[in-house]
Amino acid sequence: MSITSVSTSPVASETDDQPFLRVKDLRVHFKTDDGIVKSVDGLTFDLKRGEILGIVGESGSGKSVTSQAIMGLHKNSNARITGEIWLDGKELVGASEEEVRQMRGSEMGMIFQDPLSALHPFYTVGAQISEAFMVHNKVSKKEARAQTVEMLKKVGIPNAADRYGDYPHQFSGGMRQRAMIAMALICQPKLLIADEPTTALDVTVQAQILELIKSLHEELNSAVILITHDLGVVAETCDKVLVMYGGQCVEKGLVDDLFYAPEMPYTWGLLRSMPRMDRDRQSRLLPIPGQPPSLINIPKGCVFNTRCPFSDRVEGGQCFTKHPELLDTAPNHEVRCHIPSEERREILRTEILPTL
Amino acid sequence: MVRFIIVRVLGAIVVVWIVSVVTFLIFQLGPTLTHTSPVYYYVGKIPPTAEGLKLLTDRFGFNLPLYAQYWHFLSGILFGQSITDGVSAPIPCPSPCFGYSFRQNELVGNMLLQAAPVSISLAAGAAILWLIGGVTVGTISALRPGSVIDRIGMTGSLAAVSLPIFFTGPILLLIFEYQLGWLPDVAYAPISQDPLQWLKSMILPWIALAFLFAALYARLTRSNMLETMGEDYIRTARAKGLSQRTVVLKHGLRAALTPIVTIFGIDVGTLIGTTVITETVFNLRGLGFLSIQSIQNEDLPVIMGVTIVAAVALVIANLIVDILYAVIDPRVTV
Repeated sequence: MSITSVSTSPVASETDDQPFLRVKDLRVHFKTDDGIVKSVDGLTFDLKRGEILGIVGESGSGKSVTSQAIMGLHKNSNARITGEIWLDGKELVGASEEEVRQMRGSEMGMIFQDPLSALHPFYTVGAQISEAFMVHNKVSKKEARAQTVEMLKKVGIPNAADRYGDYPHQFSGGMRQRAMIAMALICQPKLLIADEPTTALDVTVQAQILELIKSLHEELNSAVILITHDLGVVAETCDKVLVMYGGQCVEKGLVDDLFYAPEMPYTWGLLRSMPRMDRDRQSRLLPIPGQPPSLINIPKGCVFNTRCPFSDRVEGGQCFTKHPELLDTAPNHEVRCHIPSEERREILRTEILPTL
Repeated sequence: MVRFIIVRVLGAIVVVWIVSVVTFLIFQLGPTLTHTSPVYYYVGKIPPTAEGLKLLTDRFGFNLPLYAQYWHFLSGILFGQSITDGVSAPIPCPSPCFGYSFRQNELVGNMLLQAAPVSISLAAGAAILWLIGGVTVGTISALRPGSVIDRIGMTGSLAAVSLPIFFTGPILLLIFEYQLGWLPDVAYAPISQDPLQWLKSMILPWIALAFLFAALYARLTRSNMLETMGEDYIRTARAKGLSQRTVVLKHGLRAALTPIVTIFGIDVGTLIGTTVITETVFNLRGLGFLSIQSIQNEDLPVIMGVTIVAAVALVIANLIVDILYAVIDPRVTV
């Protein structure tokens, strides 16, 4: 379904019926010569201010496409977007490019995976951050500069006033990501989307960057979407987790539920392929066999059916004929799987947990 | 930065020096290898007598060792000399002295001085036109790849690249000079003397030359721009909430144009001295015309002079590009 006009609710305050961010049945399809790529196919989730949502999944599962759809970065492209995205009472899918542009940076900020390529090589770091401030605030260059230096200090860049005039290539990787965070947050947006913010960074810097995102999130009481394929990052940082596979949400819940009571075979696979300190070092990591499905020819039935080791336990081969619904298995915990809930818990207890 | 400029200037001087050595060797040594004396190319068209030949060989020093001859040539350029045939009064030839054209009875320096402004006007004016035209068309095409505008722009530029100047030139002349009579045939006048006439005489050659290059630049800009617009930092710029205009012009074009600067400098530098066809079609007496004329006349000193001037123009253009590049791309270490 598509909404053609922007509706603004009179009261933009947050309630359970009207959370800060609501994504409803979001579909992002790209028309290509080979067919329609269904990058995101029916994604629904809510996010409140003060919460951090982790979106996990392997490459090509639709994580980044989702975040860019929220930012409206697919406007003027060949993407066909349907569904609803409500941010603070405004609907974004049907909004015009100009309306969404005004909200980018001011209402929602985004940081990207590789800060070196995400910063313009020919402009100074300071100028790029000031620019972000001046788009949404009518201030002089001098004021924007002062604001930028303040922000650079806040994200932990030493000698911020001196580093203002440095070019991105003169910064270290961690510094660059700090500068990106400063740029995304300089207008104090209430939604921050971090698209694999630590993937391109040195492991020693990753924790610092996550810590910084967390502390700024607390300070601004913002909502954060953290896209990652690092489950360690999720466990460390997030309140809620959404597991994506083949453009769909396959499991969604609070972070503890996902780590201690996961119910979707794909989530099990993810957890089993994650190295852990407390595991016997002789035991091997168990990768998920096979390849993610082509998003042009999404398999009939469950998206995970080609790789799922448990599909033979479902009567009548439903996994290959019927698309499973995302259903509640416990409060705030939804799973998309044909295996009955009790049986899943049994499999988890007897077969999965011992191998984790 | 100062150190960078000094290093580059010194490098350019070395290149020019090497060019002078090579030019000297080719043009002095060439006739010697084919067992004809260079003297033949230094006198009028009537071959000298054996006695005259010996006299002139002594006078011009063609029997001296090569390094001495080269020094004579170089010191003429650097410090000037005076040229004499031994009969009439010596002709002073101030630095840079490229010698004397006995075929034309004129100092080579004077001939170059007359021709160079024509070529520079032609190259510079055309360059401005093609840069503006090409980049505009290329950018518009890149923003809507596959659209009607893109197709018109790219088909048009393919046609323009394929059409030689000796085709477009006469067509332009036919339309604007003979049919419409907007630009009646005017002789070249230096810009310092008569700017209006200078403009009138230059405008058609500019268009003809720019047409060809604009097409190349449109394609180049389009492909650079397409690549740049897919970069992560463009996505960042959009994520900041910048308007499409700012994203394209400030973030996109800025990066897309940087490699074009290099090619632009070299193209303009190369053009000075090589616009033979354009000059011939539009009857301009520039360096290209001079080089063709002197080759036909076997006028060795003039050929050497044109070669060196053209080489120096290219080296200077390259030098400017190098320095400019350090300014526009902060990643270039200075």
